[in-house]
Amino acid sequence: MKIVKEALAGTLESSDLLVKVSPGPGTGLEVVISSEVMQQFGLQIDHVVRDTLARLGVTAGLVVVEDKGALDCAIRARVQTAVMRGAEAQTIDWSALS
Amino acid sequence: MKLRRSMLFLPGANAAMLSTAFVYKPDSIMFDLEDAVSLREKDSARILVFNALQLPVYREIETVVRINPLNTPFGHLDLEAAVRAGVDVVRLPKTDSAEDVEVLEREVERIERACGREIGSTKLMAAIESASGVINALAIAKASPRLIGIALAGFDYVMDMQTERGDGTELFYARCAVLHAARAAKIDAFDVVWSDLNDEAGFLKEVDLIKRLGFNGKSLINPRQIELLHNAYAPTEEEVEYAGRVVTAAAEGERKGLGVVSLNGKMIDGPVIDHARRVLQRAEASGTRK
Repeated sequence: MKIVKEALAGTLESSDLLVKVSPGPGTGLEVVISSEVMQQFGLQIDHVVRDTLARLGVTAGLVVVEDKGALDCAIRARVQTAVMRGAEAQTIDWSALS
Repeated sequence: MKLRRSMLFLPGANAAMLSTAFVYKPDSIMFDLEDAVSLREKDSARILVFNALQLPVYREIETVVRINPLNTPFGHLDLEAAVRAGVDVVRLPKTDSAEDVEVLEREVERIERACGREIGSTKLMAAIESASGVINALAIAKASPRLIGIALAGFDYVMDMQTERGDGTELFYARCAVLHAARAAKIDAFDVVWSDLNDEAGFLKEVDLIKRLGFNGKSLINPRQIELLHNAYAPTEEEVEYAGRVVTAAAEGERKGLGVVSLNGKMIDGPVIDHARRVLQRAEASGTRK
């Protein structure tokens, strides 16, 4: 999936996260994460975000995540939504979301 | 016999509530993609619910998704998300006729085939929210073997009837019609939500009424209402004690090959035994009434 425009998903409420995606300045994929629980769960959050992006076939763009202590399922959901909005996806490949 | 006293509504777009609601232990949790979600967050709520349904904790509790009506741009996508994520029950809002349920059933079966889910494993419930729906309640209740229950939704119904919520008189006919339809179809019946969280006495009065009418339970909008509802549905110690004696006497009669059993001079037949089993089930779920 190709990110063609800037898009947001999620909130800054507790147990949620805000994900911002954009085409990015370069050609590669850049992921920037900030979290209230970065020390304990930073690696896990990074893994979930990158795995979700890989399943969606996202190989380029800038992904900025501001986490407020969300569970993995919420992280996946917000990244998926932001990417689909940023890619202006008209259909959903459900197998890529599972 | 699945207990369905409490069905807790959760707004589908709220990550915090979806991540924690199971701790309140309602009998069923309903993820709402319809009225509780704004138009611009329909997509994010659908994806969030799709992911939340796959949490292991939600395999231990009955899950329900209220989809948007199938004649909106959102309904079919909501249904795809719910069925593919393995939801137990799909709740159809604004059900006016048996045909609404039949259309839903065909779509569910198509999705089950497409994603490899066991055909028939997705159950359905229909919410009746209009005068037409109430008139057609029996046909709706019998429209599909997948239906586990029908629910009355009060707000839209009273709007359709050109009245407003009051002491319950305005819902009397609809409650009785929906309940009779459910019982004739041998499925469950759910009452309307009580929206005034600060009026606990009013809530309990309504619970007492719908319990005596025969409803299985009620849709709830706040976890605070769960314990109150379960306690109101819990039997008294005397009822539990009597139910235990009925079940024991019935078992003894069956062991002796007797068709009819008597307990303290009173005949015990099938309906009495079934009722006693329901009493014991409620007591096992939440103890005796406090």
